[in-house]
Amino acid sequence: MNNFEYASPTSVEQAVALLSSTWGESEILAGGTDLLGRMKDYVSTPKRLINIKKLPGLHAISKENGGLRIGALVTLDRIPESSDIRKNYAALAECVAEAASPQIRNMATIGGNLCQRPRCWYFRNGMGLMPKNSEGKSLVAEGDNRYHAILGNDGPAYFVTPSTIAPMLLALNARVRLIGPGGPREIALENFFRVPHSEDEREHNLQANEILTDILVPAAGSGMRAANYEVRQKAAFDWPLVTAAAVLHMSGNTVQNARVVMGAVAPVPWLSSEAAEAVTGKAIDEETAAAAGRAAVSKARALSENGYKIQIAAVAVKRALLAASGQPVPNVFAQGGAA
Amino acid sequence: MPEQNQYSWPPSADRSYIGSRMGRVDGLAKASGHAKYTYDYNPKGLLYGAFVRCPHAHARITSIDTSAAESMRGVKAVEIVQKPGSEIHWAGDEVVAIAAIDEPTVRDAVRAVKVEYQELPHLVLDAKEPPRDIPPDTSPLGVDDLEGMFSNQVPSNQIIKEIKERGISFKPEEVPLDRIPPEIANAIKSAQQKPSEKKKVPSWYKPAAAETQGDPAGAFQGADTVVSEGVYGLPVIVHCCLESHGAVSEWTDSEHLLVHASTQFVSGIPGQMAEGLGIPAANIRAVQQNIGGGFGSKFAPDRWGIYSAKLSKKAGGAPVKMMLSRAEELEVAGCRPSAYARVRVAAKKDGTLTAWDSFGWGTGGPGGGGSPPIPYLIRDRVPNYRTQWTAVVNNIGPARAWRAPNHPQACLITMAALDDLAHKLGMDPLKFFEKNAELTGSRASIYRDEFPIADQLMGWSKRWHPRGDSTKGPIKRGLGMSMHTWGGRGHQSECDLTIQPDGSVTIKMGTQDLGTGTRTAIMAIAADTLGLTPPQITLLYGDTAYPMSGGSGGSTTIGGVSSTTRRAAVDARDALFGKVAPALGATPEQLEAAKGQIRVKGNASKGLSWKDACAKMGAVPINAHGKNLGGRDPLMNSGVGGVQMADVSVDTETGIVRVNKMVAVQDCGLVVSLETAESQCYGALIMGISYALYEEKVMDSTTGRMLNPNMEFYRLAGIGDLGELVVHMMVNKYDSRGVIGLGEPPVVSPGAAISNAVANAIGVRVPFLPLTPPRVLAALEESRKGTAA
Repeated sequence: MNNFEYASPTSVEQAVALLSSTWGESEILAGGTDLLGRMKDYVSTPKRLINIKKLPGLHAISKENGGLRIGALVTLDRIPESSDIRKNYAALAECVAEAASPQIRNMATIGGNLCQRPRCWYFRNGMGLMPKNSEGKSLVAEGDNRYHAILGNDGPAYFVTPSTIAPMLLALNARVRLIGPGGPREIALENFFRVPHSEDEREHNLQANEILTDILVPAAGSGMRAANYEVRQKAAFDWPLVTAAAVLHMSGNTVQNARVVMGAVAPVPWLSSEAAEAVTGKAIDEETAAAAGRAAVSKARALSENGYKIQIAAVAVKRALLAASGQPVPNVFAQGGAA
Repeated sequence: MPEQNQYSWPPSADRSYIGSRMGRVDGLAKASGHAKYTYDYNPKGLLYGAFVRCPHAHARITSIDTSAAESMRGVKAVEIVQKPGSEIHWAGDEVVAIAAIDEPTVRDAVRAVKVEYQELPHLVLDAKEPPRDIPPDTSPLGVDDLEGMFSNQVPSNQIIKEIKERGISFKPEEVPLDRIPPEIANAIKSAQQKPSEKKKVPSWYKPAAAETQGDPAGAFQGADTVVSEGVYGLPVIVHCCLESHGAVSEWTDSEHLLVHASTQFVSGIPGQMAEGLGIPAANIRAVQQNIGGGFGSKFAPDRWGIYSAKLSKKAGGAPVKMMLSRAEELEVAGCRPSAYARVRVAAKKDGTLTAWDSFGWGTGGPGGGGSPPIPYLIRDRVPNYRTQWTAVVNNIGPARAWRAPNHPQACLITMAALDDLAHKLGMDPLKFFEKNAELTGSRASIYRDEFPIADQLMGWSKRWHPRGDSTKGPIKRGLGMSMHTWGGRGHQSECDLTIQPDGSVTIKMGTQDLGTGTRTAIMAIAADTLGLTPPQITLLYGDTAYPMSGGSGGSTTIGGVSSTTRRAAVDARDALFGKVAPALGATPEQLEAAKGQIRVKGNASKGLSWKDACAKMGAVPINAHGKNLGGRDPLMNSGVGGVQMADVSVDTETGIVRVNKMVAVQDCGLVVSLETAESQCYGALIMGISYALYEEKVMDSTTGRMLNPNMEFYRLAGIGDLGELVVHMMVNKYDSRGVIGLGEPPVVSPGAAISNAVANAIGVRVPFLPLTPPRVLAALEESRKGTAA
């Protein structure tokens, strides 16, 4: 790895001042579970690292406006340990508890989870996030794109969002607080992520000299039902092929309002208004859930090798909706495939 | 001393450790982290080596500039591996070697070297069916062709056939005849020498001539004949050793080299390094105590071994560690050749198998590679067959032996085709395989013994259903089976066993323990022969200072070391009997060694403790040299049989496959160490589940580079992916056959058994491994289309 400067500021102001306004010059170090691997592989070559773990006030889970405030430096293992989260946001707790591996969860922060870079194998092999061949064609579109995007894939970005937690937070209508030289700002998580159009842009709205400080989750409300469903090849320690998070606000058996978000299907966590509309005003059953799944992928477009993801994304949405409404979903990893 | 062929295994009543569930002697050291691996060897002043690697799959080096790296602080040695003008055949091949004071420095130095290449056309994909109209290459073989065949483990008989048919374009003395198998050397010497032909347009495909038996065309006709057709295959996978390849070399003086290698062949390292280093092999000492996986990919010192020594020399003899990173391990340290085939297979309506016809292809990398033995197990006896094979010459990477070379490929293609045929016949595959067991020849009786055991352990007869689980819901469950064989006769191996006058016992053997339980087996045999317990014996191994042992490949180690240990221990024991007999008032033939005593047979009261008995030796220790008899040795044998069954669930909406249970029933003749034998089978099942469901070397067609040289997308099964694993060793049944190797056979069947189980669950064949969601869903989609049409 290249040599770099290392700074360990003790205030947010110092940290912001140490950050370069150009992407790639400096990198924020929190848990380091993603960044250090990228640096060892020369995928990221920052000139300066700013360790933010000594910044005060970013390590706590607390109540705010009837909802939750999760400091960006809260490590993943602590989220399912919070009795408040387990009680009011059980689906979030379960989703975090399934992420990565215990070792990673002990180190990785929730802020870092949202800011982690894509797992695209072209990117991770040092070919760039939007790699091109000598004729200017996308290496991904021409090559092996079995794990790439089926939505939001007009190019040149074909990678998929890696966070398995972001879809659930986005479905919960979470917001994020950012701080930069101009002071703090707060935006909805769905506006935090964006599809970049060049190598100079990132997959989110953060400026190069801004820090994500807090995640704000609105009050749960009594009629809220939520579930996350991941399609993974392996039982554990595996990147899912597709994930789906569903948050329903119910009146009796009827869906008043729904938010359905898919992960690993697009360069951003994909909020599907089509799926939400398909179930609004209806009860969730196999048929309505399946229809919502189909609606969720109605605008999907397969690349050369990833057509199967359209099918499994529809299934993930269906199963997330069924699970959110308290109905059993098939689990192939249970012995004998019992539901 | 018995006549050479009069040695035998002790009768089962006299075995305390042989065949027992004795714990692994190295278990505690490994579980507690005390066991030292090559990677753990970090002597003072250690330098770190790394390679500049070619980023192109096929290229010619045009220039190399190492000046920037050489002037970097901390860089101690730079060596050019392949000079400008060299042609590179796979991405990641070594170009320059560098040693520096620490790992980050050497990695930075690697990036500072400037190499320019002329890119050449490459091919890294292999699943596409080759055209059938390419004429076989009849041009005379060059040295390159021969080297390619050797590095790709083309079987000897095939090499000889090519030499005879095509002739050679070089003089026999241009190749090292003394270092290649004598039958091939003879073929070269007697080959017709022809002028080198200018190569026509280079083709990616090398078809071999068709091989036939009986009347394959006619055998598919007839009113009583049922024919099944299908395409089957499995891609290139890698070895993914958890301890990567590599070595630490240091010059103990200007003429002597000490090498800590991660190797399957300790005794063979000096001979393979000497020429490249320009010193006698006798001046090289290689050592290794523990190894983190080899699976057939660690016989040679490789460039990392040779260049660790060259860099060390340049750096004044300082130790240089040259071990591959995870990415390098997956990119360059070995590929298992792929194999695909379009198959037609026929049987009579009663299930009697009558004919096989296949057109197969696959790649072993730049050399093309050998062909799998198709149809597997039955090739010698199926009345009619025709097999065709086209080697795909490409740039995926160099092939290496992968646990049971060619067998998992041949097994998948054959057993899947036969399972499809059984389905078409409306037969339970178990009944079908039972009916046709005679086609496996001498092992038929072993399979017949094993079928009912596997049946009972899996509950096959109770639970098997015809194809397509009719249970409601998307999760479908099914059963599949397969069977396999392997040779596994013991290799050449020697040892010295010394009994000291104080009763201490030492065995010295230059073998290696790949984690298979070699140490445990040697201890069990020596302890039983001498009437001692394993802690009373010291085993020194893994060092060229000790008598030679063959490489641990081909499941040859257990036979080789077992016979050798038994022979040395019997000879030493009998020599001791000679010293002790007068004191016991008996003849040596009347004595036995048991329970820590040397005593008169049938009179336990008339004996001496081991220690007192050894005191009778005087001051001179007893030394016995053990050496097995190879192919003539009655203590070991060849040819095992195994049957495996798989129980899987498939989520037909997502294409995810889960193995619920695997049953392995395995024979290996006389089981020396039951617990470690079972461990071999458990490990093989885990490895088998991995290649059945996950493993694939994914290549980018544009850049020619591997896309998943890591363990997040080169998936291996985790503990949660295994289901229940049941292993049944055929103990006490075939002891009279002697010891036979076990490492390889149990890894042959899992791919076929799991593929067959998936077909049974979902009602349709998924043609290619690994059985990933895209493949499973595509097969289901295909079958729906078929039904609709």
